[in-house]
Amino acid sequence: MSATQIVLMPAPRPRWRRRLRRYGPAWAGSALVLLWLLVALLASWISPYPPDAQDIVHRLAEPSATHWLGTDVLGRDVLSRLLHGARLSLLAGFTVVLLGAAIGIAVGVVAAWSRGLVDEALMRFTDLVLCFPPIILALAIAAALGIGATNTILAMLVVWWPKFARLARALALVQRSQEYVEAATVLGLRPIRILGRHILPNTFGPLAVLLTLDLGNAILTFAGLSFLGLGVVPPTPEWGSMVAEGRELVEQWWVATFPGLAILTVVVGFNFLGDGLRDWLDPKTRSR
Amino acid sequence: MDMAQPEHVTAASTQPVLEVEDLRTVFLTDDGAVRAVDGVSFTVGPGETLGIVGESGSGKSVTALSLMRLLEEPARIIGGSVRFQGRDVLAMRPDELRGWRGDRAAMVFQDPMTGLNPVLRILRQVTEHMVSHGRQSPATARVRAVELLRRMGIAAPERAAASFPHQFSGGMRQRVMLAIGVANDPVLLIADEPTTALDVTIQAQILDLLRSLNEEFGTAIVLISHDLGVIGTVCRRVAVMYAGEIVEEAATEAVLTDPRHPYAWALVNAVPRLDSPAGARLTSIEGAPPNALDPPPGCRFAPRCPFKIARCDTDHPPLMEVAPGRRARCWVTADGRRLPAPPIPAQAAPRSAAPEERPLLEAEGLVKHFAVGRDGFFGASRIVHAVNGVDLRLRRGEALGIVGESGCGKSTLARLVTRLHEPTAGRIRFEGQDITHASPAEMRPLRPRMGMVFQDPYASLNPRMTVADALAEPLLAHRRAATRAEARERVLKLMATVGLKPEWASRFPHEFSGGQRQRISIARSLALQPDLVVADEPVSALDVNVQAQVLNLMLELRERLGLSYLFIAHDLAVVRAFCDRVAVMYLGRIVEQGPALDIFAQPLHPYTVALTSAVPEAGRERVILGGEPPSTLSLPTGCAFRGRCPVARPACEVPPPLAEIAPGRLVACHFPGSFSRPGHLS
Amino acid sequence: MLRYIATRLAAAVVMAVLASLVIFLISALVPGDPVLAQLGDIAASDPATVLEWRAKWGLDLPLWERYGIFLNGLAHGDLGISIATRRPVLEDIAQYAPATLELATVSFLLAIGVGIPLGIAAAVWRDSWVDSAARIVSLLGVSSPTFWLAFIMLAIFYGWLGWAPGPGRIDPIAFPPEGPTGLFLIDAALAGDWEGWHDAAAHLVLPAVVLAAATIGLITRTTRAAMLDSLGQDYVRVARAKGLRAQVIVLRHALPNALVPVVTLGGLAYANLLAGAVMTETVFSWPGLGRYTFRSAAALDFPAIIGITMVVSATYLLVNLAVDLSYAALDPRVRR
Repeated sequence: MSATQIVLMPAPRPRWRRRLRRYGPAWAGSALVLLWLLVALLASWISPYPPDAQDIVHRLAEPSATHWLGTDVLGRDVLSRLLHGARLSLLAGFTVVLLGAAIGIAVGVVAAWSRGLVDEALMRFTDLVLCFPPIILALAIAAALGIGATNTILAMLVVWWPKFARLARALALVQRSQEYVEAATVLGLRPIRILGRHILPNTFGPLAVLLTLDLGNAILTFAGLSFLGLGVVPPTPEWGSMVAEGRELVEQWWVATFPGLAILTVVVGFNFLGDGLRDWLDPKTRSR
Repeated sequence: MDMAQPEHVTAASTQPVLEVEDLRTVFLTDDGAVRAVDGVSFTVGPGETLGIVGESGSGKSVTALSLMRLLEEPARIIGGSVRFQGRDVLAMRPDELRGWRGDRAAMVFQDPMTGLNPVLRILRQVTEHMVSHGRQSPATARVRAVELLRRMGIAAPERAAASFPHQFSGGMRQRVMLAIGVANDPVLLIADEPTTALDVTIQAQILDLLRSLNEEFGTAIVLISHDLGVIGTVCRRVAVMYAGEIVEEAATEAVLTDPRHPYAWALVNAVPRLDSPAGARLTSIEGAPPNALDPPPGCRFAPRCPFKIARCDTDHPPLMEVAPGRRARCWVTADGRRLPAPPIPAQAAPRSAAPEERPLLEAEGLVKHFAVGRDGFFGASRIVHAVNGVDLRLRRGEALGIVGESGCGKSTLARLVTRLHEPTAGRIRFEGQDITHASPAEMRPLRPRMGMVFQDPYASLNPRMTVADALAEPLLAHRRAATRAEARERVLKLMATVGLKPEWASRFPHEFSGGQRQRISIARSLALQPDLVVADEPVSALDVNVQAQVLNLMLELRERLGLSYLFIAHDLAVVRAFCDRVAVMYLGRIVEQGPALDIFAQPLHPYTVALTSAVPEAGRERVILGGEPPSTLSLPTGCAFRGRCPVARPACEVPPPLAEIAPGRLVACHFPGSFSRPGHLS
Repeated sequence: MLRYIATRLAAAVVMAVLASLVIFLISALVPGDPVLAQLGDIAASDPATVLEWRAKWGLDLPLWERYGIFLNGLAHGDLGISIATRRPVLEDIAQYAPATLELATVSFLLAIGVGIPLGIAAAVWRDSWVDSAARIVSLLGVSSPTFWLAFIMLAIFYGWLGWAPGPGRIDPIAFPPEGPTGLFLIDAALAGDWEGWHDAAAHLVLPAVVLAAATIGLITRTTRAAMLDSLGQDYVRVARAKGLRAQVIVLRHALPNALVPVVTLGGLAYANLLAGAVMTETVFSWPGLGRYTFRSAAALDFPAIIGITMVVSATYLLVNLAVDLSYAALDPRVRR
């Protein structure tokens, strides 16, 4: 028996396929998110009808050439309402996540930096908020504040910041023990400079990933509260409340189906984008 | 030949265990195929010991994994053959391969801390492949496992078998790994850097064990290491790898004394030895290994070779017989010629510190205890006694070395004197100024006067700052440069000082090799023109040649800039080459202190004796120190070393003070000099 | 160990009481007024009616006094009277809890039954079609709005195909199984009422799938990531070098190490299922705590909200404790 002589240099997989596997989701995610951002910006110009124009004669019309996605109970054009609904959903998502993250990161970084009693007090308080089931607390607060988008966003903010506080504190603690932070300390740099130049830039990556993934989450929660009737005052077009309006209408499936699909695609977009960001920032997956 | 033929029937005495021919392994990356192993051939006979040595990236570990076919995507074997007792390993079906691995051929890996499964008991991990290969029944396997653990030098093997891996130290785990490796009486044991993660006294124990396994059971051993000294203590023959190729193969002793390939020559001469002449500079070669995507057409070492001739740049040399029984891949030595000994540099001016003045740095009774997390989930919180009463004085212009094994408190000491940590007790004075409890704001004006170099060149540079920014930052923060332009000028000067090219200023750390990063780190520590540089294991993460480059640079800077160093290291020879005085630490205390040359020529504390004799250097008589350092969680009473000390007596229950027994020589031992290594080198 | 559990339980009690304080403060500080929500616009325009109503419910007392009364009641196992249903809150909760418990538990079992194997398969055959499929399933799971998914499932399987029964826990004309637990599957089985059991099980399928969707996604992702991490560890390479079979390596060596993050997430997910039931129960007319929560919130029925919050927070804390204890079972490094 002779030893096998395998001498062949394997051809690498085609470049486009590797690129697609690696960057495909990130691209798809960016495209979806960008698309919806454009829709939100241009809703007034690209909608075929005003979002609250009622046409009782053509109520609950099937999707057709005149009403691409059909009409609802009051004869309003589902497509136009859906396009306008993007505004509130995205606005709510961005507001809750950005403000929530700002508050949370401030709390977390202060806690990690001060240690001792301040740290203990801040983190106990964070735990206290975290031990509420978020949706129930948000529900209670939103109900107490009264119906309306601003109030719902406020309610969500109350439950949103703690996870960022935890994450920011954990990241800051990891950073504190990094050798390059020690090196900066030995060089006699001021704490504020160490924080700004060494710690924050290096925590940016993981935070950006979490923020992106969380945007989808926030949009889902906001739509959920709206679905329960807490989000917006009725004529305002909003995806969650649109689904709520159509939820009894099984025969007229289009009324509830399309707004739900809109939510789904936005959230998928943010998820793809977040995953893509994570892969892109992670040196381990970079070489693949 | 019938593949199913049992191995003991084959003419085992003559047939080689392993025949590797023209093995080629590549990594498929986006940029192309990286040739990690590029045409490697060697043979290992029954019971033979072969070492494979090379720096990181030379392809030695990939070779080992290729032999066992343990490679994972994106690595792929693309050519050559591996025959094990005549069987073609590369042609084995998955089930054949499984039946062979862990049975006839076994492998031990580098990091014992991660090689054992944390959630499975030791017993299961030692027995499972005895049972799955049908060598033992579960009951007999259990008996054999305990027997193996005992053979590997594990005390109370029954209890050990019932334990989980986290209950053991690294050295103990590596013994378990060896027990796993030899459980089925393999014909071949491949050990990939088995002692790299271990301390020098533990390393000596494990190497001793490997040697005895080879002698007692006739197991053939392939030992992979970056350290020629380690290979020299176990292996008769050695293959030196460079850029995916074997460049020299010969008896280990021959390579150590008379290397015939310039790369092997550089490896041998880059390593400081405990018996090299005082003040000698280390030989280092410039440059870095070639790009494995596109190696040079001629000899792969030619771009860095100090001996190269015209032919080297154009013709790729084969592995040629240069002397009986030895082969080298070199046009220069192809005719049997030897390579010259490295030039012995002029004796450096005697480094003597200015006589008694106010010391630059002074520590008295320094203590640091850390509260660490709870003992498991349910236990009480614990205290690590990292530093337990250290006195030291560093004079201006002096280099003081601190040596000791991991956990002895040397890194903590470095962080105490630079006030990254606050001492639990004791006193630190910098130029007479008490900084024991100085606040960060009080420390700030002193910071420019003390620089620090860290161990890990990857972790100590901020990945998001360019070299120029990292170096300019301290200048601007301390107003040493008024403008950015001025800072930039100073940065370029600094870079030139440490041998970095000015065009690299706008690069980020990840674009540099480990050695280059350590240069950046050194440049940063020098930016503010300090008096004192505290270097915490500055070269231990580097390959030997790079280590030599960095050490030479630090020596040169010391002379040029008149720096004082507090130099922390675990490598005795490195400390000896670098420092005027040395303090040996054990369990948070200094056990011996004195002039570097004297302390290693004639150690007085039994621990220093054991430490120096454990250094794997050819021709060194060994005292193998048993046991391991006690836990820092609960300090032993009396002399901390007495549990392992070969000459401990009842008197040692009283802790010995660090006493001056000869001018400049301090020892913390009741019986200094009573234990000395047999036949110790002059 | 026992001391540890006791400490944690005590901490849980303190946290739950603090949680009630927070809700109390919210009820006092926010502008929403239960008077308006309860009496309606017309009755609320008469100041006398409002005053009388406020006195009746103790809303005229200062906040701290009300809280004192509440704490006193709590010490005696009394959560107060619901403003909306006029029944003791504890009684309400006891009535609605079993429906939610049953739904959440079935969903949870479904989620781990699907998510863990799928995550393992995706990690073992990384970059294969299995991995892609797992990725799509988990992506859709975490991205679908629960309330919308509930509608779609009902529309398809009930409205269109007629395979599944409509909303509710059982057929509207059937009698609910009588039993000690209030969990219909168990009560029916205890009574040997297999027809009732089938009816209850059939009604459970759609809401359980809908509620499990997001959790399946999360568990699949986490399991995959943890398994990839674990399969890349040195001990797996050692296991391969021992010549062990693939399934032994995956199931005995890699999986136990990957379970810790999965269990962490699983605990959190179970507690979240209890809370996430709000939407599912609304669409499926499921008579559980979720719907009760929603109705109480809409009516600003603060005694009920506080009661629910305390019960759910306590469940949260207990589940967390169980998760922490399970670490000790999974990882010997945590034991000792």
